[in-house]
Amino acid sequence: MNSSNPLIIFLASIFTHNIALVYILGMCPFIVISKNFKSAVGMGMAIMFVVTLTAMINWAVYWLLLVPLHAEIITYLIFIIVIAATVQLLEMIIERFFPPLQSSFGIFLPLITVNCIVLAVSLFMVLRDYSFVQIVTFSAGTSAGWALAIILVSAIKEKLSLISDIPSGLRGPGITMIIIGIIALAFMGFAGIVSL
Amino acid sequence: MAEGKDIKQSNWFKVLTMGMWADHPTFCMVLGICSALAITNRMDNALAMSAGVTFCLVFSSLFVSLLRNVIPARVRMLAYMTIIATLVICTDRFLKAFFPPISKAMGPYVGLIITNCIIMGRAEAFAIKNKTWLSVLDAFGCGVGYSFILILMALVREPMGFGTLLGQRIMPQTWSNWVIFTIAPGAFFLLGVYIWILRTLAKKTE
Repeated sequence: MNSSNPLIIFLASIFTHNIALVYILGMCPFIVISKNFKSAVGMGMAIMFVVTLTAMINWAVYWLLLVPLHAEIITYLIFIIVIAATVQLLEMIIERFFPPLQSSFGIFLPLITVNCIVLAVSLFMVLRDYSFVQIVTFSAGTSAGWALAIILVSAIKEKLSLISDIPSGLRGPGITMIIIGIIALAFMGFAGIVSL
Repeated sequence: MAEGKDIKQSNWFKVLTMGMWADHPTFCMVLGICSALAITNRMDNALAMSAGVTFCLVFSSLFVSLLRNVIPARVRMLAYMTIIATLVICTDRFLKAFFPPISKAMGPYVGLIITNCIIMGRAEAFAIKNKTWLSVLDAFGCGVGYSFILILMALVREPMGFGTLLGQRIMPQTWSNWVIFTIAPGAFFLLGVYIWILRTLAKKTE
């Protein structure tokens, strides 16, 4: 069992081990969504909810089902099916019971199934042997860190599009990469305050 | 490049080469960059990743295309995922058995081939609508195009960051390593510059 303090895991996964800026995962929405500050916030919220929920379900499935049955070999297959099913279910619940949420939150849900960070959190959970409390803080911290990163990038890009004259080949994904690189450099300043 | 929009293809040479240049998955559509950035700080990891992705891409296209008349449209995403996840399990087991150090260095990134958008993208955009052998050619072209960018990244990052290439020292002894290239910010800057150069060359701008 991993013996790190859950609170330390939470802070480390937001700042020093940010999943977007250190492990470079979940980059596709940075290119597509990050042109618009409002959609970045919506996507960030949707990711936080889905990642925390699926990580808890996958923890239970892995330790209560796959390990006792010695079926670890099909872990990837089970995890991805659990994620796809959870997202589908959430979509239906929102559509049926919370229609006002649909426009701000619901439209991002289908994109989330194929987002790497949902699966990555579950895979890190297996590699690092997290307990249930640890996986809750780890998944909440990781997704909050990812939301923070995409909100920062989208705010910078929105301002940049008003004032700057970027060379035409660099527009779009090129300049996004360079902005993320600068933010990643800035986040290196947090190195050392907490460690996993 | 405008004729690239027509998805139903019959010219095999065009199908094969489209993924390598005109419709290059990383530069033109900016897909699958997570793994392109994360594991390219060493050439051996980049080669293993290229082989893994190309294998999964070719075989998932093969199976999706073979089953294209059987898979119901409503559950096709789930069908793609099952096929891809099975292939990734094979890749993961193969690396663990024959290349344990590489498998350890890549950690969760082998499993994350499942969520590499290129594989799902080719299945949805091409394999589900086209003949089997054309789908395999298209997948192989995309795999080669993707491997090319992984190798280009590693070719700069490993010598600059560690002073080595495939573990052999190639930089002069006086070279001091640019650690920035081994970690995330260097990867972002390098990919940004590559996208700039290649988009300017291909005259494909936004």
